[in-house]
Amino acid sequence: MSDDGVNSGRRNFLIGATTVVGTAGVVGVAVPFVASFNPSARTLAAGAPIKIDISRLIPGEILGPIPAWRDKPIFVLMRTEEMLVKLNSSNKRLADPKSDRLQQPEYARNETRSIRPDVLVLIGLCTHLSCSPKFRPEIKPQAFDPNWIGGFYCPCHGSKFDLAGRVYAGVPAPSNLEVPPHYYESESVLVIGGDGGFA
Amino acid sequence: MSSIQQSFKNFMNWVDQRLPVTETYEKHLSKYYAPKNFNFWYYFGVFAFVVLVNQLLTGIWLTMSYDPTGEGAFASIEYIMRDVQYGWMLRYMHSTGASAFFVVVYIHMFRGLMYGSYQKPRELIWLFGMLIYVALMAEGFFGYILPWGNMSFWGGQVIVSLVGAIPFVGEDLAVWVRGDFNMSGVTLNRFFALHVALVPLVLLVLVVLHILALHEVGSNNPDGVDIKKYPDKDGKPLDGIPFHPDYTIGHDLPGIVLFLFVFCAVMFFYPDGGGYLIEHANYEPADPLKTPDLIAPVWYYTPFYSMLRAATFPLFGLDAKFWGLVVMAGAIAIPFVLPWLDKSPVKSIRYKGWGSRIFLALFVIAFFVLGYLGTVHPTPTKTLIAQVCTGIYFAYFLFMPWYTRVEKTRPVPERVTLG
Repeated sequence: MSDDGVNSGRRNFLIGATTVVGTAGVVGVAVPFVASFNPSARTLAAGAPIKIDISRLIPGEILGPIPAWRDKPIFVLMRTEEMLVKLNSSNKRLADPKSDRLQQPEYARNETRSIRPDVLVLIGLCTHLSCSPKFRPEIKPQAFDPNWIGGFYCPCHGSKFDLAGRVYAGVPAPSNLEVPPHYYESESVLVIGGDGGFA
Repeated sequence: MSSIQQSFKNFMNWVDQRLPVTETYEKHLSKYYAPKNFNFWYYFGVFAFVVLVNQLLTGIWLTMSYDPTGEGAFASIEYIMRDVQYGWMLRYMHSTGASAFFVVVYIHMFRGLMYGSYQKPRELIWLFGMLIYVALMAEGFFGYILPWGNMSFWGGQVIVSLVGAIPFVGEDLAVWVRGDFNMSGVTLNRFFALHVALVPLVLLVLVVLHILALHEVGSNNPDGVDIKKYPDKDGKPLDGIPFHPDYTIGHDLPGIVLFLFVFCAVMFFYPDGGGYLIEHANYEPADPLKTPDLIAPVWYYTPFYSMLRAATFPLFGLDAKFWGLVVMAGAIAIPFVLPWLDKSPVKSIRYKGWGSRIFLALFVIAFFVLGYLGTVHPTPTKTLIAQVCTGIYFAYFLFMPWYTRVEKTRPVPERVTLG
């Protein structure tokens, strides 16, 4: 191609302008492709709050992994007096005993990580890679821990949590089990997935 | 010349003036000269091609009976296994093919490491090969989700959660990847689309680039010598023989027959490979509320899974979980720069020094040990071994500029050696 009579300034301007407009077009058209990966309206609706009747839960008993909220297993544990007494007896083995990391709503950031001291509400997914930890309330030496005082044990990668869902130090899981937003509609009805205006 | 031959010749002339069929055939097959000293290790590129064709064909046939929904997926696999004529065979060809693909590709890559096939001027071949490997890992992962058994679900759960380990944006990104707050039918549906359409397309393009780049510079060989240096009077290499028909018929075809014997033995008699090729927990439908006791990926990912688990302590204020992701991603990424780490003046392990040999041997052992450890429960001792092996894995690459430079190499022959 001959360059005779080419106005290279104008040509560069046109190349630049075409590139800018073209890039804007590509970015624009990428929006539906990226956005369609987000949860759909149907998925969001399926994630609405759920209600659980806890009137028949006796101390020491756990409800879980059923029911589920947003397809995540929910643990509802009615802790015994003995469990609560033991709860803060060996805090130095925990990575975050005071629940400094935001793994719970503000109203559950306390010694028992709960609204009612006896009732513990957790999302039953390990904060490591989302396996579901097993409830191991027995206070006796275990293969995975000779000084076990009861808690949750994740079989996948060996993470350990106490009976408030607080993670032990030196295990793969980085943080305490998550406490979902929840409130009590009445003495016996627990609602998971909302704050009931208390947040 | 008979009239039929004459008509064929005329026809080819007509086509060649419009599409370079004869030229392409000669460039890539009949006049592509491969070194005549290929040995056992040089079968596996061709095997990979055979398996690729198998996966594409059986895969397309499986989609005809598969239902990519959370409700229907597991039942449709049982339907394929029990009600579709030869459905069981198509599925076992596909599932055995997946493992065979990785066996073949790992050996193919090991061949590259041994004979320095990644060295100048074959850097791009290696890079395209690595991209194929990564695409293959993605393809295998998505495919593994599709039967929607309990291991599909929890394996997917663990791998997608890795995205959540990225600081700040991780959790939101994981929701974006899943399209849901947890693994669900929505996730399954999109992984199906990626498995049957997007990734195979990318794979095919990469395979074409891999072969085009190979045919541009020519094949390496066990001696690592350049056969183009000694051409005959017509310009064809003295130590080269045509890929077709000499290699295809004389070398590859018998190899493929033997390979298919082994393949069929596994497919017909050990399709689940004792739980290593199809895991037992996957005979139960996906249950979001019930974690299997041991989550182990299929064997071809276990070395990397071990490295992921080997990171057990936080560093620089970041979680162990994040470092696990970094180690695993690093282990997959670091071979990409291999061509620029090897400073040796020779290509083949035959003429490299003891440094290269010892490091390669340790590397292979560490890879196997990590592979085993990824299939069992972690204990403190096993985690320690995994950490040591992870160190060896990285040392192979990171110390390569050093040991390839200081070691004493042996003289490389001018021409290829036979036997």
